[in-house]
Amino acid sequence: MTISRHDIEKVAVLARIRVDDEQVSALEKDLGNILDLVDQLGAADTDSVEPMAHPLDAVQRLRADEVTETDQREQFQAIAPATENGLYLVPRVIE
Amino acid sequence: MHNKSVAELSRALDTGQISSVELTRQFLDRIRQEDTRYNSFITVTEDQALADARSADEQRAAGNATPWTGVPFAHKDIFCTSGVATTCGSKMLANFVPPYDATVTANFRQAGAVCLGKTNMDEFAMGSSTESSYFGATTNPWGLSKGEKRVPGGSSGGSAAAVAARLVPAATATDTGGSIRQPAALCGITGLKPTYGRVSRYGMIAFASSLDQGGTMARTAEDNALMLNMMAGFDPRDSTSIDRKVPDYTATLHEPLKGLKIGLPKEYFSDQLSPAMEQQVRDAVKEYEKLGATVKEVSLPHAKLAIAAYYVIAPAEASANLSRFDGVRYGYRCEDPKDLMDLYTRTRAEGFGDEVKRRILVGTYALSAGYFDAYYLKAQKVRRLIQQDFINAFREVDVLMSPTTPSPAFVQGEKTSDPVTMYLEDVFTIAINLAGIPAMSVPAGFVDGLPVGLQIIGDYFSEARLLNAAHQFQQVTDWHQREPQ
Amino acid sequence: MQWDIVIGLEIHVQLATRTKIFSGSSTAYGAEPNTQANAVDLAMPGTLPVPNEQAFRYAVMFGLAVNAEIERRSMFERKNYFYPDLPKGYQTTQLERPIVGPGYVDIDLANGETKRVRIHHAHLEEDAGKSLHEDFHGMTGVDLNRAGTPLIEVVTEPDMTNAEQAVAFAKKLHGIVTSLGICDGDMSQGSMRFDVNISLKPKGSETLGTRTETKNLNSFRFMEQAIAHEVERQMEILEDGGTIVQETRLYNGDRDESRSMRTKEEANDYRYFPCPDLLPVVIDDSFIDEARNSLPELPDARKARFMDQYGLNDYDADLLAGDSKLAAFFEAAAERGKDAKLASNWVQGEFSARLNAEERSVADSPVSGTQLGDLVVRIADNTISSAGAKKVFEALWSGENDSVDAIIDSQGLKQVSDTGALESMVDEVLATMPDQVAQYQQESDPKKQKKMLGGFMGPLMKASKGQGNPKLFNEILVKKLGG
Repeated sequence: MTISRHDIEKVAVLARIRVDDEQVSALEKDLGNILDLVDQLGAADTDSVEPMAHPLDAVQRLRADEVTETDQREQFQAIAPATENGLYLVPRVIE
Repeated sequence: MHNKSVAELSRALDTGQISSVELTRQFLDRIRQEDTRYNSFITVTEDQALADARSADEQRAAGNATPWTGVPFAHKDIFCTSGVATTCGSKMLANFVPPYDATVTANFRQAGAVCLGKTNMDEFAMGSSTESSYFGATTNPWGLSKGEKRVPGGSSGGSAAAVAARLVPAATATDTGGSIRQPAALCGITGLKPTYGRVSRYGMIAFASSLDQGGTMARTAEDNALMLNMMAGFDPRDSTSIDRKVPDYTATLHEPLKGLKIGLPKEYFSDQLSPAMEQQVRDAVKEYEKLGATVKEVSLPHAKLAIAAYYVIAPAEASANLSRFDGVRYGYRCEDPKDLMDLYTRTRAEGFGDEVKRRILVGTYALSAGYFDAYYLKAQKVRRLIQQDFINAFREVDVLMSPTTPSPAFVQGEKTSDPVTMYLEDVFTIAINLAGIPAMSVPAGFVDGLPVGLQIIGDYFSEARLLNAAHQFQQVTDWHQREPQ
Repeated sequence: MQWDIVIGLEIHVQLATRTKIFSGSSTAYGAEPNTQANAVDLAMPGTLPVPNEQAFRYAVMFGLAVNAEIERRSMFERKNYFYPDLPKGYQTTQLERPIVGPGYVDIDLANGETKRVRIHHAHLEEDAGKSLHEDFHGMTGVDLNRAGTPLIEVVTEPDMTNAEQAVAFAKKLHGIVTSLGICDGDMSQGSMRFDVNISLKPKGSETLGTRTETKNLNSFRFMEQAIAHEVERQMEILEDGGTIVQETRLYNGDRDESRSMRTKEEANDYRYFPCPDLLPVVIDDSFIDEARNSLPELPDARKARFMDQYGLNDYDADLLAGDSKLAAFFEAAAERGKDAKLASNWVQGEFSARLNAEERSVADSPVSGTQLGDLVVRIADNTISSAGAKKVFEALWSGENDSVDAIIDSQGLKQVSDTGALESMVDEVLATMPDQVAQYQQESDPKKQKKMLGGFMGPLMKASKGQGNPKLFNEILVKKLGG
């Protein structure tokens, strides 16, 4: 299955990964091969089959509404790339 | 000392034959001397290890020792270790020092085990050769005598190589599509991927959430059992963790295998397999027959779809799991981002390696509008068919056996030009992750001087039986004791 | 060209749980930035979500209150997009199986009719953090305290046809969630945020027009204005023969302007898929029964009770019962005496006017319901006049004293209502004003006569040192002046 350059560029934007022209060419080939592999799924008859999201039929356990966390800002921001006055800094966002 | 198993080291410590500090020093020396050849460690925590060893000796003196107190081991660099770099083999996390432990990390810490460092891995666990690590490839200790560098398998190649080279007696690892079993096979060691939900995923950096499972690597089944005792258990911080009693996995190792029903999936003995490999594996199965097991052929009709289903589901989940790596709160950040888009696209382009990017893009594509039904939904349906195959098989037999890999360790660089060639390495292991059942690889012989692994597959929560089967096999064979030249 | 307006609402209700929906971090308002954001909230590697039971309880209560089906096996999905206030790069929300299914809310319209607004569904999701765009030398600062706070998103069918209905629905919903106690309803703090979807279609047409979404309106007034503004904007375009662009807009209430939010060329493809870190949430009968048994009185039931218990009319009951805090305030006041109507007048009148003027909520009132109730009692028993009552109210509001009787005493506001005493005062004053008395008695126009009464009030109040009961003075004057 071929994947077009346009599709690759679109997907790269969705995934927020910059790709240059050379990379797009390489990806055309590689992703095309992977999608060829994946196309084999088409052969399976899955008409009356339920999708399986989890291996076991377990159900979600709910957590009691009690505060268990303390202020760890200092430790977390010690490993942050850019902070100021306790805030994480990113290039200005215009809404 | 470096040839001793965890069980033996534990006894040696207990009888005072050696102190933990001395033992730790010996292993650290060995790592320093030998690991330049293998590059199995990303981080070696010398000072911390010696401090932990001192603590362990004190604990032992106070009469508070557990089987793991003072025993050296390593963590795959995918488990968060508080205060110690946790890189996941990636530039994106090369500078990431978490202020928290994974649950698995905490378990070993509480038991007094001595972590010597973090082992190398394919970047974000995506790979079967540990060639995609930002910190360079790991070399398989086997095959060096031939003058070529071979892969240790992946993604847990660092843990496998370190154990095979006797740099540690045991190492934690993870398995999403075969990443414990395949490297265990290629490095001639014993590894186990537990049932999905058996081991907590909290603090274990996520690749594909519904497939990832933490597991064990050591040279013997007994050591794997000792490790699993430490790792298994319910964790309220992991919603997919199963609340089920953890047995003592060492207690049933010695049960006789008479009457064990073994199934050989015919799809796993196809012409993909070289005659030499097939012979080794069938000989191994014959040992089981000698121990009283019966063997029959079974079928997993949808096995051939496993790789296709996996390469939709795993990249799709990974594409979302890796979105958090954006240069904002931790990890790599590109220099001088000119706007938000630039921050994201350049941080991620520079921080991720090629295979990770490929999988994120494939995963994003598979989930995108117009493709969701044909790819993701379809793959989840095929997944149920695969699961059903196993459920059906386990109605007839107790365990399944197969080769772990289609061939022994290949040479570095041999499969890196086409990603799909690499993906086919996992042809025998991947279906197991899709179903969520447990499986092991045990050393079962050699082909051309390179180790061959036997895969033993069990029903949900049958780890004790798998370990028992592996242990009994290791009483009558010595493949697991062979040392690389 | 006549147009039909079609309006649908999406309302984000911040749940008043103690902790976040997927982590045990506190949700308390006003904390220093990023001091209530743990490893899970920060999307640290390896962290995992565990859902909050109370969030589900509140969601089920909401569902019961809006006559909806409760989903017995609900799931979470990931909605993928990149934004600095969304740490994981996806929002955990519900798509295929939201916890609350279709329901409805009935609203009362000004013309006396009732209209049913259908709810399409309501689902649980996590809130994002906050971006602060003030000057960080060209950077934006991100606070993740709010990230992970539980939200219920309520989505209506496009059943509303004008701003009145939309605002009535919004207020009704506000009343419901505050009465249930699942949301503090403080819109200035962002506890409830409204998105309005508006489209126009030619009158009577079956085909819906293209709709726009105006996001994040946080007051009923702004919602009303925004709707009017957008309807006008769309009408202008359509009548000029143009087409409406499907887009998201932001409305600025202070300037009555709106603009399109910057959209990327590719509309956001959210790539929803079931969250693999979470399992299906099973809600059983006992969970629902417990929630049902814990439901407090809802606005409709309360309104009926107010009409019955306090004899209020439909209009007053509706106004007082709608907001649970106001209702509690009113009841505390009414319970002090026997004149519920007077209490109602004061709550709706003087009290509400003062709150609005100072932009306070009932919760911030310096006067309590019981205090107001005591004041009403003293008016009803004629201890003070309405002029005096205003003075007492002022003193209560300023915190000068918290006892109504103490204020009356200290300010000497007790009015004389002893008719005998008042009559003699009137006699005395009238005796000193024979000309005015004559003018009054000679005047044939009753309206003018009534005005003239005012001329006697001054001297009478002086004579009584301001303590004469003005109402009684009036009655006595009329009687004695005759004519």
